[in-house]
Amino acid sequence: MSSIKRKNLTPVQQQYQDFARAREPQRPIIRNCIRAFITGGTICTLGQGIQLFFMTYFNFDEKTAGDPTVAVLILISVTLTSLGLYDHIAQWGGAGSAVPVTGFANTIASASLDHKSEGLVLGVGGNMFKIAGPVIVFGVFSAFIVAIISVIITSLGGV
Amino acid sequence: MLQGHQSWIFKSKPVIIGSAAIGGPFEAQGNLAKDFDLLHGDIWLGQDSYEQAEKKFLEQACETAIKKAGLKKEDVQFFLSGDLINQIIPSSFTARTLAVPFLGIYGACSSSIEGLSLASMIVDSGFAQNALVGTSSHNAASEKQYRYPTEYGAQKPPTAQWTVTGAGAAVVAQQGQGPRVVSATIGRVIDMGLSDPFNMGAAMAPAAVDTIEAHFRDLNIDPSHYDLIATGDLGKVGHRIAGDLLTKHGLNIPVEKLTDCGILMYKEDQPVFAGGSGCACVATTTFGHLLNRMRRRELKRMLIIATGALLSPMSYQQKETIPCVAHAVAIEV
Repeated sequence: MSSIKRKNLTPVQQQYQDFARAREPQRPIIRNCIRAFITGGTICTLGQGIQLFFMTYFNFDEKTAGDPTVAVLILISVTLTSLGLYDHIAQWGGAGSAVPVTGFANTIASASLDHKSEGLVLGVGGNMFKIAGPVIVFGVFSAFIVAIISVIITSLGGV
Repeated sequence: MLQGHQSWIFKSKPVIIGSAAIGGPFEAQGNLAKDFDLLHGDIWLGQDSYEQAEKKFLEQACETAIKKAGLKKEDVQFFLSGDLINQIIPSSFTARTLAVPFLGIYGACSSSIEGLSLASMIVDSGFAQNALVGTSSHNAASEKQYRYPTEYGAQKPPTAQWTVTGAGAAVVAQQGQGPRVVSATIGRVIDMGLSDPFNMGAAMAPAAVDTIEAHFRDLNIDPSHYDLIATGDLGKVGHRIAGDLLTKHGLNIPVEKLTDCGILMYKEDQPVFAGGSGCACVATTTFGHLLNRMRRRELKRMLIIATGALLSPMSYQQKETIPCVAHAVAIEV
């Protein structure tokens, strides 16, 4: 816990929190990291396989094969989410299944599924970006800032 | 009658003449499966939404409890109920179906015991012959309401708890056969500054301890008075903290006497993290398993302390800490 947050607590609260923390099971960080590595690695290897497939059997090169590869991964992720399997993979794999594009697809599919009962417009439409929304907002915003910095550096005669 | 600072003694000892527990598929695989009146293989119950499914659970629990009590719903004067969904709609909509005068209550996961204390008070004071108390919770509906979408892939820590899908109900009456409610202790709201909704056990344990201590102080009895002291849904983490905290405060309850509904509900190999939670956890464990044990005379006196975390998804996002409450009820045969 941060020291600022702790400062707002009374001594009794601080004492209790130390007492409680000593009796709580900790997150198994090392095990989580290893599992995330395996899960994330598997997803990326699968993606690489799909990309090679598109390059070998279809008329794609390394650059253009990216789009259909992502589309296939998203399709797989959404299918697994709809079958109720993705959350089990995620409980095991943690960040390994959350960080790749499959995790992003899962946030949108799961929110849409949950809010289907409130109708297509207000339910699915209004809630599908509940978790993915912030990612898009801050992703676009950071890209914008980076682009401006890049333009300034280039116009000043940089790389 | 008020006893001590915050406890009630029910002189007429209202009788629980009928009680029912309804569960979902995950509860059917659990430890207490044989104590449920009805177990469903599907969490949807043929409804269009999780919320409607939860209402169906509660309706079935209430109808079964009334039937087991040998009554008709016209014989029940008041219905007290609460749940975890916004504006307690499963409870209100069940009250619409039952058409019994209704008092909606909210005490998060402590709602069942809050309802049982109030129903006992209404019956004891002669304001009703029969009162019905019910509560429900639904795993998917709670996930949707409090956390992430149900199918969202987020990794939960070992301190998290699993919301029970089901409902429990009981009919409290002036006359009849069955376990009797003898006293109740209403808890204070305790906030120890914890703010992690994935660690409710640690947040709620101090509230449970405060109410247990108040109960023994007000009634001037000691833990040996009871055969079983069961806390609400503290789970493994909160149960351990509460046990140690009670010992630290000088109240020694033997390990075999102190248990927790969140631990009793599921088997060791079920992936429920620290244990069960939700309104239905205490409700189905008490109104099903524990009352059945009393009817079999395995237990003579028991104390149930239901704990509730009084947070909302908004209060959590606004960085508020989690206030918790616990209410206790003593039942004997």
